[in-house]
Amino acid sequence: MLYINCPHCGMRSQNEFSYGGDASVKRPELNKEVSDQEWNNFVYNRKSLRGKHLELWQHISGCRQWIKVERDTATHEIFRTFKADEEVA
Amino acid sequence: MVQAFRIENEGLINRDKKLSFKFNGKTYIGYEGDTLASALLANGVHLVGRSFKYHRPRGFFGAGVDEPYAVVQLYRNGETEPNIKATEQELFEGLEAKSVNCWPSVNFDIGAINNFLKIFLPAGFYYKTFMWPKSFWYRIYEPFIRKAAGLGVASTKHDKERYEHKYEYCDLLIAGSGPSGLAGAYAAAKNGAKVILAEDKPRFGGSLLTSDVNIGNQSGKDWAEGIIAELKTMPNVVVKNRSQIFGYYDHNMLVMSEKVSDHLPSTKKYHPNKRLWYIRAKEVLISSGSIERPIVFGNNDTPGVMLSSAAKEYLKVYGVLVGRKPLVFTNNDSGYETAIEFKKHGVDPVVLDSRKNPESEIIGEAKNLGINIKNSYVVVAAQGYKKVKSADIASISDDKKQLGKIENIQCDCICVSGFWTPTIHLASQSGNKTKFKEEIDAFVPGQSKQNEITLGAANGVFTLEETLKTSFKAGSELSKKLTEKDNEIAIPNVVEKKSSQHDKFWCVPLPKGKNYKRFLDFQNDVAVSDIEIALREGYRSIEHVKRYTTLGMATDQGKTSNLNGLQLVSEIENKVVPAVGHTTFRPPYTPISIGAIVGREVGKHSKPTRKSPMHSWHEKNNAVFVDAGVWLRPRYYKRGNENLFEGSKREAKNVRTNVGVCDVTTLGKIDIKGPDAAELLNRVYTNAWLKLPVGKARYGVMLREDGIVMDDGTTTRISENHYHMTTTTAQAANVLSHLEYYLQLVWPELNVNVVSTTEQWAGAAIAGPKSRDLLQKLFPNSDVSNEGLPFMGYTEEDLFGVKARIFRISFSGELAYEVNVESDYGNFMWEKIMDVGEEFKIQPYGTEALSTLRIEMGHVAGSELDGRTIPYDNALEGLVSKKKDFIGKRSLQRSAFTAEDRQRVVGVVPLDKQTSIPEGSHLVKDDKAPIPNPKLGHISASCWSVEYDNPFSLAILKDGKNMIGQKLFAMSPLKNKIIPVEIVSSHYVDPKGERVRS
Repeated sequence: MLYINCPHCGMRSQNEFSYGGDASVKRPELNKEVSDQEWNNFVYNRKSLRGKHLELWQHISGCRQWIKVERDTATHEIFRTFKADEEVA
Repeated sequence: MVQAFRIENEGLINRDKKLSFKFNGKTYIGYEGDTLASALLANGVHLVGRSFKYHRPRGFFGAGVDEPYAVVQLYRNGETEPNIKATEQELFEGLEAKSVNCWPSVNFDIGAINNFLKIFLPAGFYYKTFMWPKSFWYRIYEPFIRKAAGLGVASTKHDKERYEHKYEYCDLLIAGSGPSGLAGAYAAAKNGAKVILAEDKPRFGGSLLTSDVNIGNQSGKDWAEGIIAELKTMPNVVVKNRSQIFGYYDHNMLVMSEKVSDHLPSTKKYHPNKRLWYIRAKEVLISSGSIERPIVFGNNDTPGVMLSSAAKEYLKVYGVLVGRKPLVFTNNDSGYETAIEFKKHGVDPVVLDSRKNPESEIIGEAKNLGINIKNSYVVVAAQGYKKVKSADIASISDDKKQLGKIENIQCDCICVSGFWTPTIHLASQSGNKTKFKEEIDAFVPGQSKQNEITLGAANGVFTLEETLKTSFKAGSELSKKLTEKDNEIAIPNVVEKKSSQHDKFWCVPLPKGKNYKRFLDFQNDVAVSDIEIALREGYRSIEHVKRYTTLGMATDQGKTSNLNGLQLVSEIENKVVPAVGHTTFRPPYTPISIGAIVGREVGKHSKPTRKSPMHSWHEKNNAVFVDAGVWLRPRYYKRGNENLFEGSKREAKNVRTNVGVCDVTTLGKIDIKGPDAAELLNRVYTNAWLKLPVGKARYGVMLREDGIVMDDGTTTRISENHYHMTTTTAQAANVLSHLEYYLQLVWPELNVNVVSTTEQWAGAAIAGPKSRDLLQKLFPNSDVSNEGLPFMGYTEEDLFGVKARIFRISFSGELAYEVNVESDYGNFMWEKIMDVGEEFKIQPYGTEALSTLRIEMGHVAGSELDGRTIPYDNALEGLVSKKKDFIGKRSLQRSAFTAEDRQRVVGVVPLDKQTSIPEGSHLVKDDKAPIPNPKLGHISASCWSVEYDNPFSLAILKDGKNMIGQKLFAMSPLKNKIIPVEIVSSHYVDPKGERVRS
């Protein structure tokens, strides 16, 4: 079971969180023309990375905040965590 | 009863307390502190089971967790449990156990014929033989194999025992209480670290209980006792015996199974049988010790052949002699320690040492005691069927290839020592890259991945002095990092005998003309010849060899067999052992009760149960409940002998003719506040929300980004910047997360707050032509006329002193209202509604009537919004705004979603107006078409229309728009039904929606 550092609450066990997928995906702006390809990339196409992956988790049984977690998909190592509005350098 | 093999003045058992127990129906006596194994051995019982494949007689091989043979069926307090190791099961008064894997009895086992057919049962036999004909598998092969194989029978009764889960955090978790674990725990505890010390056996001390050493001028055993006693007094230390750490998971999470009650005749009141600990440790010290490995020789599975360390443990801990004429067969000094203990207790052992001329302190002592030692000698084969009677022995050449003349010597047990294998399972599970250590012919932990360190014998260190030194140091340093305290501890003096180098020898060659079975894996009957076959047939990877031969599989997971198997593969393949590699160690280290894994989450506790504030009223009024997610909802209120169909029909009819009330508390409710609340709704829902006036409700549909309908419900504008959203019961949590996702990540610029208020409001839906009359009586001072509170209107009124929210919304399609009050007043509201409603013939209605009402009105719900449909499919395209953008809108342009013959909700009526159509039935054009019959659609929901008194269903049908009036067939292979049907409009009742506006 992973041990995730919620930027709002501190170290918490994985069972307090739910997984939210790739955090690097940006939703196209509202009312903007988007091509099929662009839209499909947003809705469906994800890279299945081996290694460092920036992903979303929601602390559903805690502060209910969505956070970003930098995790190694092969080793489960968690490098850093960020608040939703924090820029990831 | 005489315990013929029990000796005086030795052992840690309590001789003042005799315990009587039964094995295979026969009564024996043992002592408190015995294991089932030691008590049986004390009574001279060696035959305990039959082997897995050949049903050969099996005895005891070890004295603990490594035991491959002595697996029994246990009976305790009216319950039975399979797969219990007799070497681990502590004796209690009245214990009963039986042998497994034998029929009709352990002494006469019919399956033993396999032993004589063994030439036909080589590796891969099952794979090769039972492949065809395919139809034979389920009927003949599998039942036969199942009857013949297996290690006991699981109980089919409900398990009355209780199991608990516990979560714990600590600085330092220590696995194993041998010298290394004790030293590490002590040093860390002295620095104030929070320490958990776990020992799988009942007694602490590990090897110190049996070895002849001194620490700080006391015996190893006394030193261990002293340390444990001191640790137990320290508030920062938790010391647990009977507790096996069996799994090492991510981020230093370890799981431990504590046997709380297995050693007692019955579990004490309020105590669990077992307790599963989830421990998050900052640092882990693995001091799991090592397991002696066997030397492979002919018939080495005969009862009476056992590990020399086990023989020593039976003697030192339990005061039991495993034989009176022991033969010790060793390639290292450990065998001599066992021989010395025999000799000290008046038994004359013979030692066969594969080494030519070994010398050491220990060997010197053995010689001084006058023990008969034969160097360069090996056991070629054990003789005897149900018990060792003698051994064929021979001298062996220096290159270990040539045997001398075979001699036979009398013996009643063969104690074998092939040196030691570090127990690296936990380290390996943690992700540690293990490495092969030539000096000890075994793998040890290498590079750590998590915060773990392995010390002592588990790390391949076999001298006490070094073990203590490194463990005190590690305990001190690991804790210093965490507590910033550095209390010096004096490392005690150690007196131990020096040993000499072991012999790299593990398998005795077959003598000419003999074809003895030489077993590698005792639990699975895997012999040297089986591995040879696997390799001959082309299996190369050790993982494949394992699966083909079952080497190292089953409940002991190859604790005594893995390394010898690797040695054999490497020898045949002409590779070094590290190049062959070892199979992956996976948790659990040893079998764990399913009950312990499940914990308290059984039956009603497998998920939480949510009840509305009106629940007790429903109970009192004969509600039959149904699970709606985790909620319990009334399905119908039973009157007399009514069944579900009759009851729900009565309730639905009463809504259509008079008035009914339904508990709708379970609907998800989300309070939305902020200046941008309208904008959020406008983006989330498919329809327009910016112009909804205060005091009005609106129905809305929300999509996922892929265009599929996520949920529907009404949202009401309570005040300028305050909205009350309702969701379906099932989607409440998902919708909240969905809103939070967009507010926190996608549109953080929107100034809106959302919070769940599902549990804060109790809701009652009042529906039926007389609902307004009832409402007027409930709120005599309010204007609830059609003008005062029009369809989709909202008002806040006073319900006999309680603040109430009234929404004029309808799911039933009748004139209807939903009244909400704060949850604590829910029951008050409900009782008032029932009281006042009596004159209008009010009846409560449950979910079944609720479904009937919505189905015949053609209102879609969860069974249509099933995660596969878009708004058009649900005839909701009128709610999809063309002007504004919203979540999922772009996806609706996908060609499949705009296809002319797109699926759509329709009504379905059986032609005979009698036969109810099973939900899930497929709609097909031709009921005689060959299978697979092309499916045009499926029945999503069925009811008995109370309006027309005939069955009615909703269906999602391909090209549904153009199918009205068509005749099709509803086919349900599950219910074996083919029903001719007609497709009609989904709006079966009141298609213009006049009633809700009346």
